[in-house]
Amino acid sequence: MNDVGQSVEITVDGRTVLANPGELLIDACERTGTYIPRFCHHPRMRPVGMCRSCLVEVDTGRGPALQASCMLECSPGMQVDTESERTRKAQAGVLEFLLVNHPLDCPVCDKGGECPLQDQTMAFGPGESRFVEEKRHFEKPIPVNDNVFLDRERCILCDRCTRFADEVAGDALIHFQGRGSDTEVNTFPDEPFSSYFSGNTVQVCPVGALTAAPYRFKARPWDLEEVESTSVVDSVGSRIAVQSSRDCVLRFQGVDADAVNWGWLCDKERFIFEAYDHEDRLGTPLLRGDDGDLAPTGWGEALAAAAAALTDVDPDRIAVLGGARLTNESQYAWTKFAKGVLGTDHVDAQLGDGLPADFVLGLPRATIDEACTPGGIIVLLGPDPKEELGSLYLRLRHAVVHDGATLIELTPRATGLTPFADHSLRVRPGEAVDVVRAMFGEGGTAPIGGVTVEEAQAVGAIVSGAAVGQNRPVTVLLGRQSLAEAPGTVVDAALVLHDWIADVRFLSMLRRGNVHGALDLGLAPGLLPGRVGLDEGRPRFAAAWPTTPATKGRDALESLRAAADGEVDVLVLLGADVLTDVPDHDLARRGLEGAGTVIALDLFATPTVAAADVVLPATAPTETDGTVTNLEGRVSIVARKVTPPGTARPDWMIAVELARRLGADLGISSPDDVWAELSVVSPIHAHIDPEALAVQAREGILVSGGPALVRPAPLEVPSHDKNSYRLVVTRSMYDCGVLTAHSRSLAGLAPVTRLAFEPTDFAALGVAEGGRIEVRGPRGNIDVVVGPDSRVTKGTAHLLFNQRGVSAGDLIEATAAVIDLTVVPV
Amino acid sequence: MPEPTIVHPDGMGYIPHAAGFVANEGPKLVSGRFPYEDSYTLECALATGAYTGLRAALGRTPADVHTEVRDATLLGRGGAGFPAGVKWGFCPEDVWPRYLVVNGDESEPGTYKDRLLMERDPHQLIEGCLIACYALGLSQCFLYVRGEMALAQERLAVALNDAYEAGYVGRNICDTDFSVDITLHWGAGAYIVGEETALIESLEGNRGMPRLKPPYFPAAIGLYGRPTIVNNVETLANLPWILEHGAIAYRGYGSEASPGTRLFAVSGHVVRPGVYEVEQGVTTYRDLIYGPNFCRGIREGNELKAFIPGGASAPWFFEEQLDLSLEARDIGAAGSMLGSGAIVVMDHTTDVVKACLRIVRFFARESCGKCSPCREGTSWEEKILERILDGHGRPSDLDLLLDIGDNISPGPYPVAAHGAAGLDAVPFPPLQTTICPLGPSSVAPITSALRRFRSEFEARITRHEGIPVRSAPVVDGDPA
Repeated sequence: MNDVGQSVEITVDGRTVLANPGELLIDACERTGTYIPRFCHHPRMRPVGMCRSCLVEVDTGRGPALQASCMLECSPGMQVDTESERTRKAQAGVLEFLLVNHPLDCPVCDKGGECPLQDQTMAFGPGESRFVEEKRHFEKPIPVNDNVFLDRERCILCDRCTRFADEVAGDALIHFQGRGSDTEVNTFPDEPFSSYFSGNTVQVCPVGALTAAPYRFKARPWDLEEVESTSVVDSVGSRIAVQSSRDCVLRFQGVDADAVNWGWLCDKERFIFEAYDHEDRLGTPLLRGDDGDLAPTGWGEALAAAAAALTDVDPDRIAVLGGARLTNESQYAWTKFAKGVLGTDHVDAQLGDGLPADFVLGLPRATIDEACTPGGIIVLLGPDPKEELGSLYLRLRHAVVHDGATLIELTPRATGLTPFADHSLRVRPGEAVDVVRAMFGEGGTAPIGGVTVEEAQAVGAIVSGAAVGQNRPVTVLLGRQSLAEAPGTVVDAALVLHDWIADVRFLSMLRRGNVHGALDLGLAPGLLPGRVGLDEGRPRFAAAWPTTPATKGRDALESLRAAADGEVDVLVLLGADVLTDVPDHDLARRGLEGAGTVIALDLFATPTVAAADVVLPATAPTETDGTVTNLEGRVSIVARKVTPPGTARPDWMIAVELARRLGADLGISSPDDVWAELSVVSPIHAHIDPEALAVQAREGILVSGGPALVRPAPLEVPSHDKNSYRLVVTRSMYDCGVLTAHSRSLAGLAPVTRLAFEPTDFAALGVAEGGRIEVRGPRGNIDVVVGPDSRVTKGTAHLLFNQRGVSAGDLIEATAAVIDLTVVPV
Repeated sequence: MPEPTIVHPDGMGYIPHAAGFVANEGPKLVSGRFPYEDSYTLECALATGAYTGLRAALGRTPADVHTEVRDATLLGRGGAGFPAGVKWGFCPEDVWPRYLVVNGDESEPGTYKDRLLMERDPHQLIEGCLIACYALGLSQCFLYVRGEMALAQERLAVALNDAYEAGYVGRNICDTDFSVDITLHWGAGAYIVGEETALIESLEGNRGMPRLKPPYFPAAIGLYGRPTIVNNVETLANLPWILEHGAIAYRGYGSEASPGTRLFAVSGHVVRPGVYEVEQGVTTYRDLIYGPNFCRGIREGNELKAFIPGGASAPWFFEEQLDLSLEARDIGAAGSMLGSGAIVVMDHTTDVVKACLRIVRFFARESCGKCSPCREGTSWEEKILERILDGHGRPSDLDLLLDIGDNISPGPYPVAAHGAAGLDAVPFPPLQTTICPLGPSSVAPITSALRRFRSEFEARITRHEGIPVRSAPVVDGDPA
């Protein structure tokens, strides 16, 4: 873009300016120091030329004429006068028009003080109003959904929110209605703006027309302090601005990181801060007393109890689960403590709902930008990004809708991207590998996995480049499609794609906050920090760590099984709510009951925490300094803004304290110390240090490299019995997870799930919608509420995970490759 | 086949079943079929020569037909007056499919000629569409009819069905390789959809709002992002005659610059308002308003105060401009426009403040709400004029009105000058701060009336007076 050789030379106010090819005049002027007023113009949305504030006199050889600079691409020799009398009058005129119906209730408007209408009126507008008539009136404000309020009197009809809803989010649920000065933005009756991305409209609104419930009347902008940070709600790692007043976080705003979220956030990322400030946060350690109850205690007693439980225990009888929400620094501290001090390798940040760590690290990786290459090919072999990775969904949607990328779906159920997909292959659970084989001509001619061979081959021709020509990068979005099938189903399919498509790359869709940091820093069985296996990495760590594990340990499900069998004396849970998050609820329950001493670090007293023996309160992301690693491997800064409740401590500090009580010095007294040590033991992190991160704070620093590809043994999948329904369990954006449940704005949004069938399958059941049937699965018979859902594939049944209604975790058996349900006759 | 029945005009010259149409003396290139009682039926149309122009076209190459139309210098009748044959040549090479869209969203106040063409002679329009499609190699045409025109919609629908059945539309038209589908679409009642890019938006199912320019012509990027030719109903209605009689015969009517005839809709304070088919360029406003063959003068012997020469958007003309001929170029140079051919005559009893408000209110209600200057400015103008009429005007309101106008349409606004027509006039069209000309259109009546009749506004404000009946028009000094 910035190639001077192709630049366009224009004149702005008598000054020669070099514009980039195709650059809009308003942007070229701003980049070179001349600000032109604007309301509708937004750098991440297409120009609309609606507000007319950016009129400037432009001469392209036919004499000066007023033109909207947000609509005009720079062309050679253009003469621009942003200060001429006519420009000034037109700009002041437009501002006067915008103020004609604007209520000027600035003293009670949340936008006051950070309002583009105020600021630009000050700079470019008329000094006084000549409008003496009555302004237009509307009921104010009206809710457009549960969290966003609309004041139509303040609205200046700039088309930013409506364009966002239509063009960026694809949820065109707010529109212009009416004509002339009666034009208003509104929803249609009975169709609220139920979008996962509605909060962005509040952020882009240039006046106080759109406000979000969590911030309404909470602060004046000039009282806010701000620090830039990274969202850890999911693994996209969206950049955010954390804004607080009087030591209380009041707002998250999206920050435009070019490589990541483009300034957008999903509502979960935006409003989750409410949970961090919730009164139920743990602020003091708890210890299970002789009476069997958890009681508050001091850090000294709690740490002593935890250390005592860990003293002189066979490392093989210690397991550490969780840690995906920790910062990189805390993860390193805990890996070092668990693997380097305690000597156990039964460590797993994933909770049986992810993919094998060594397999993920061995795949060739793509960045978000690479996945979204204009004209590229995206293969979705994972969960619904709209439900699980909201900001990534917006990038993917943009690539497909606006940048000509081709999307191929291989999913068991329709996703949020299905309307834009070139091909949507509805794959029955467990049969993805067969469909992928059929894509490349391996396999017979009969339909397989619910897909015809012709369809599969047509898709194969696209991804292998045969149908669309070469030089189109192929990226596979890889993650668990369903929690009711073993990870082997997508692993096997991914391996076939890897072997058949030249230069294919993978973008991991593991979802939990900093799970990729956990993999990179060794919080997984068989791995050491720096994406190395135990044997390969041992020489490097021999000098830095007291010990290293001898053999690869158990993953989370295996640890829980061992615990259930009484083989785990100490179970450490790093923010892991195993009773909720492990898909197999029965296993989680038995594991937790069978474990010896349970030590839990957490923010909230979850059901799992309630079963622990030692509870250590940890700090939330807004209370912690450090870094996180997103799904691309991008390391970016998480910044502390407020003080934690009570005596809650950062997780790394707890590891350091416990190690000290066991006679070991982790050598960490601040998060920065971790980077000094990592630069020695982890070559892939060698280019990262606090100084470099500070310089590249906005975009972060990418970590690349990894071990050789591992090929897990193929999964054996039982053939599908025609009389049964294969269970598909997916997540939705809002669920009963502890953070969502503690965010006032999000808690009410979680849906109620029911066992859903494809409509003709459902009709065949002979039950009314919302009726109950009894189904038999591997965990026995269960009585469920049922309903039809056109997104569900024939021969399958669908449930949302961790929702009210039906508990999917009660149907899932972790050892099964797939879960088949049969309907028990009445 | 029974002979078609001709209905004779009444004493005033009106054809009773063709509301407002005056069967005066003169060439009838597009309205020839109007006097027949059943002119809208296929039977009557065929008996009176319909589809002979199409057959003539099918016997020639498409390029040949295009050349014929270009040679005829058929000017667009929608308002801009751009030559249709030239417009047809704007489609980029090798981009297919392309579409023909017929603009039947006639909604300029005072204009009702397209409605008559659709109601009285739908087959002529269909034939015109087919000829255009043949010349351009198109196979899909969309006919967009204004939402309020129920009778036109009904007759076009019946006519189209009949034409399909008779083999004039559809596959292999008249047993040739030429195939065209015509799709009817009803508007939803927005004036702005008469603007061609807003019409395309509406046709696509979106809110009717003008598209951003460039591209300046839908011929580059139009309906569904494809090259699209948008033509007015009357423009296409001329094609059958041109193909039947040839470009040379066509140029035998009207002037060199504006050949052929045009339908003019005259309304207001004339003795015989109505739609007239008039030779372009050779007829003057004086002929049209005062001529015995046309409107027969001002009602009750009153004096002319002002007239709108080409639709509500046009700056007003006065007595000095009466001798201008109906030639788009000359009228533009004189500071107004011929536009859609709607002429509104105001006699000396007219209250110009009320007249102004009436027109401004129309534009304020019809503003689509997209551009701030138009959305807010037109309704502000309306409120000020209402206030003046309510007796709450302030002397500063008059300059405020002019300045609001200047912020919608900056610089000197076209206004007919005193003295000889054309002298000192600012040519039409005006500059604009908006995307489309709707906002600037609201400035036309204000500027026209205030420059000429400022004292009447002042009388309203300072003395709360309306205009006295039957007195000499109040004329200001030099309006510069």
